[in-house]
Amino acid sequence: MADDIARLDDMAHLDGNALAGPLSEILSVEATTAWWRCPQCARSGTLAQLHVYGPEPGLTARCPGCAHVALRLVREGEYLWLSMGGSSGAFRFRTA
Amino acid sequence: MTSFSPGFRGRARTLADRLPPGQYPTEQFPVLSAGPTPRVDTENWTFTITTESGAAHSWTWAEMMALPQQETTTDIHCVTRWSKFDTPWRGVPLDAFFEDVETAADFVVAHSYGGYTTNLPLEDLLDGKAWIAHTYDGYPLSPEHGGPARLLVPHLYLWKSAKWVRGLRLGHEDEPGFWESVGYHNYGDPWREQRNWGD
Amino acid sequence: MARAAQLGGLTVAVAWHRARLAERRPQTATARSLVFTVPGWPGHLPGQHVDVRLTADDGYQAVRSYSLAAPADGDRIELGVQAVADGEVSPYLADDLPVGAEVEMRGPLGNWFVWRPEQTEPALLVAGGSGVVPLAAMIRAHRTAGSATAFHLLYSVRTPEDVCYRDVLDAHDPHLDARLLYTRQAPPGAARAPGRITQADLEKPAARLEPDSAVYVCGPTGFVERAADLLVDLGRDPATIRTERFG
Repeated sequence: MADDIARLDDMAHLDGNALAGPLSEILSVEATTAWWRCPQCARSGTLAQLHVYGPEPGLTARCPGCAHVALRLVREGEYLWLSMGGSSGAFRFRTA
Repeated sequence: MTSFSPGFRGRARTLADRLPPGQYPTEQFPVLSAGPTPRVDTENWTFTITTESGAAHSWTWAEMMALPQQETTTDIHCVTRWSKFDTPWRGVPLDAFFEDVETAADFVVAHSYGGYTTNLPLEDLLDGKAWIAHTYDGYPLSPEHGGPARLLVPHLYLWKSAKWVRGLRLGHEDEPGFWESVGYHNYGDPWREQRNWGD
Repeated sequence: MARAAQLGGLTVAVAWHRARLAERRPQTATARSLVFTVPGWPGHLPGQHVDVRLTADDGYQAVRSYSLAAPADGDRIELGVQAVADGEVSPYLADDLPVGAEVEMRGPLGNWFVWRPEQTEPALLVAGGSGVVPLAAMIRAHRTAGSATAFHLLYSVRTPEDVCYRDVLDAHDPHLDARLLYTRQAPPGAARAPGRITQADLEKPAARLEPDSAVYVCGPTGFVERAADLLVDLGRDPATIRTERFG
């Protein structure tokens, strides 16, 4: 909702490098170099460049330009929940 | 008037009784976020309740401040395991907003500036159980804690107390919100330790 | 990278290595170099990090990321750990984990914030405080590879007592131009007054770069945002700026 709301440039976020470890549990390929194009503002870049909030209560990765949700990751014991985008369903993976 | 049993306090409720399972007490007030902190001016702020039929009831900041105000001191419990006792809030009970709202809906999706959502049964917002809170510890609620106003539903885990709340959408279906749709529990009762989907 | 093993039909991601603390060396009052032996370590690229997992007696686990500070030496890897006041994990790793004890480690992680010797254009490394760790790995790898590529380092610290890896910075390396900048207190006689990084600090090193030179910026989020903005203002192509935020 980038419309009429002024945003505080939030200093509390990390970046997609922080997703490397958690994603390594469910992806067998390196994730930080994956390329992504924002469906909301068309900005493109690597997963490493996403702005990442968390890790509690979950990891939320957003477009660095417009804050559109790219990916969400939640650890629940032996499970890892992954949702691509902000409004699509989530997959619950059983990990080691 | 005679005062009965002056000074009697009964057995003091220990802090341990107030701590739900799996929680630890904190004096701090940690800030957790899922995105950038929205900056909303009270001049532009509105709160809207939309019923299942699409009827919308809106309040501006001034209109909200003209509603009956309440102070409440309550314990809050975060799903990340911290609990904070005796937090002092001031705000408007949801009952005051719902005075003039006609609805047969059972469920609510609270939605916020910045896009956050969370879902609850409507009855969990009524009968003195929830507020739109704008003041914390005597000061205007800071943006990092959900200001200018947040939903406050202390009997559920704090992720249900939507920061930067903008409105409520009433409906017949229980629609999982931001965290509920990615593994968190649909209801979130700290006393039954309902943290995740399978709990 | 995680490798999946088939185990009776259940796919198990083989992610966590056992890592034994072999050596602890102080860098500053609060920063440490920690050397771990990790049997079967697959090697790593300069700039990569590992996730370290600690498990308490009651089963509680905490995971934090730390950058690799040097190229791998067989099974021996070196991390840079900065103890954060009131931190849950870093003070323990910095001072309490006994030499000989084990932790779990996942990695190496991250292929984007990486320098490879095949990159022959001059590179600019910009470090804010503990952000120097992965950049030290790049400098050491650059040296080990005998690379003739020009490396420029701009390293921002609060005071002279906060400088890490002096041995890496002081080694007479004809290909490394290292500049320190102090934000709180500069050494006596310093030409630059203490203060946060500015465009003027970045101008000279940036001028030595080629158009597709990589710039690596690492440190706390505030520092990274500021430095990256200044670099873009200086005309660097944002696509060439690689950042890692430590939060």
